[in-house]
Amino acid sequence: MKKKEIKFYLALIAPALLVLFLFIGAPIVQSFIKSLHTIITGLPQLKAPFVGLANYKDLLNDPVAVHSLRLTVVFVATTTFFELLIGLLLALLIHHRFYGRSALRACVLVPWAIPTVVAAQMWRFLFNDTYGMINYFIFGADSASYIPWLAQPGTALFAIIFADIWKTSSFAALLILAGLQVIPQELYQAAEVDGAGVMSRFRHITWPLIRPALLVALLFRTIDAFRVFDLAFVMTHGGPADATNVLQLYGYKKMFVEGMMGYGSAVSVSIFVIVLILAVLYVRMVGRRMLEARA
Amino acid sequence: MNSKPARMMILLPAIFMASAFSLIPFLLFVSCAFKNPSDVAAVPPEWFPSFYLGSFHSAVTRYDIFHYLANSFIVSGATTLITISLGCLAGYCLARIPRRPGQVILMVILACAMFPQIAIAGPIWSFLRSAGWLNTYQGLIIPYVALTLPLAVWILALFFKQLPEELEDAALVDGCTRAGAFVRVVLPLSAPGLFTAAILTFIYAWNEFFLALLIMTDPAGQTMPVGIALFQGEFTVPWGEIAAASLITTAPLVVLVLLFQRRIVSGLSAGAVKG
Repeated sequence: MKKKEIKFYLALIAPALLVLFLFIGAPIVQSFIKSLHTIITGLPQLKAPFVGLANYKDLLNDPVAVHSLRLTVVFVATTTFFELLIGLLLALLIHHRFYGRSALRACVLVPWAIPTVVAAQMWRFLFNDTYGMINYFIFGADSASYIPWLAQPGTALFAIIFADIWKTSSFAALLILAGLQVIPQELYQAAEVDGAGVMSRFRHITWPLIRPALLVALLFRTIDAFRVFDLAFVMTHGGPADATNVLQLYGYKKMFVEGMMGYGSAVSVSIFVIVLILAVLYVRMVGRRMLEARA
Repeated sequence: MNSKPARMMILLPAIFMASAFSLIPFLLFVSCAFKNPSDVAAVPPEWFPSFYLGSFHSAVTRYDIFHYLANSFIVSGATTLITISLGCLAGYCLARIPRRPGQVILMVILACAMFPQIAIAGPIWSFLRSAGWLNTYQGLIIPYVALTLPLAVWILALFFKQLPEELEDAALVDGCTRAGAFVRVVLPLSAPGLFTAAILTFIYAWNEFFLALLIMTDPAGQTMPVGIALFQGEFTVPWGEIAAASLITTAPLVVLVLLFQRRIVSGLSAGAVKG
């Protein structure tokens, strides 16, 4: 490239890179630096002394944080599994050609498009202990056996998992659909001519060919599930007894409710590191699969 | 499965289940907006709304939801405008520079979208506070631009790559500058790609809650999601008003989805295929 062209292209990309550097790259580094200090927002006279890794040491001995990590992992594993499963079924359905397919696609997109906060209020209403319709569906008018879903630790976690599955299965479906769309139709026709049934066509054509798309969906969904916040904030506020106090909510409370910026930053850096490790693992997996597929 | 009736036997229940799964919970909830307050909490449930409009009236007069709506439009609109402007410049650059550096930069940009928001929340909040930008529109718009740029750049870079470079070469021969060729030849042809990126950016900004909650602590600047999340009644949960506000917030999105379903599907799946 000529020098003038390089300048032209640099000028094009510089603004975007600058914004990303200033508001994503630099803040992450700052979060790490803050996590090495004791910073209390309400007490500026303490002047944020450097404490090394003390915040991280406290974090490991903080029963609420360890509990929060454990339940976030349960949340991530369960939601991701069911979202991929339901997403796969939805994708197979909306990939099919039939009259009214685009109407169905639009319907399936509705849960994805509505704000998470709206979905959270919706499920808070449906899971209500006295007039929630979920209780009515299960127990009818027998209100004595109604379950206070959001007021018991186990069922509250179930409720936010359920709400998340409802909200994001359609997103998983779209990612998987993209994988289905690149499979050449001729493969199915050839298999049909050779007498392959529906199941064996799925096993020998669809499944191996959508595995890369499934892995991408797995990557996106796991990483996204780790930052669950809205559902827990609105539906349960982390309760009862911290049963739904997911990591991002815990970090939020530490930083912005209790004003413990240093300690809260240690929480947020930990979330960041977990997500980063997962992302690197997945990318290597996807990358290797892709090479295998090509070989 | 090869005969038509057998196929329909499986297809029809599946279609029914998929649409019921997606729509019924939402319809049950938003129908509360049209119910008498006494019907909302009735057991057994009052399934059909009585087309009572008091909840909308009270949501507008007592809870002033129109100002939340205005804030949402201002923030989402400005975010979309800035993100798409910066994104199409960056996307065009990445589509036209040599493959190797282009892909590396694209990967770095995409990695920015993977970070949990909380990892940047503290420093952004401190920065906005020292700049006096907490509770201002720019205080929310700038972080939103940063968070929506990666997907926009990705979609636009893929789109520009599909446009043949010969178009610009022809414009250059005709005496256009590089910038002129971009503005006069490439941009007009890119309307579909710009539009897809704009829809997805708008939906993201419209729905974002976490940063809005931190940055807009004063109700005057709060967007719809914050308003809906913090809805408080005096004695009971005002479900009718919450449902009315939810319906008003969701309506623009549902319209976007119904009109542009095809674009949204292709935009979101762009990453999955090429990734």
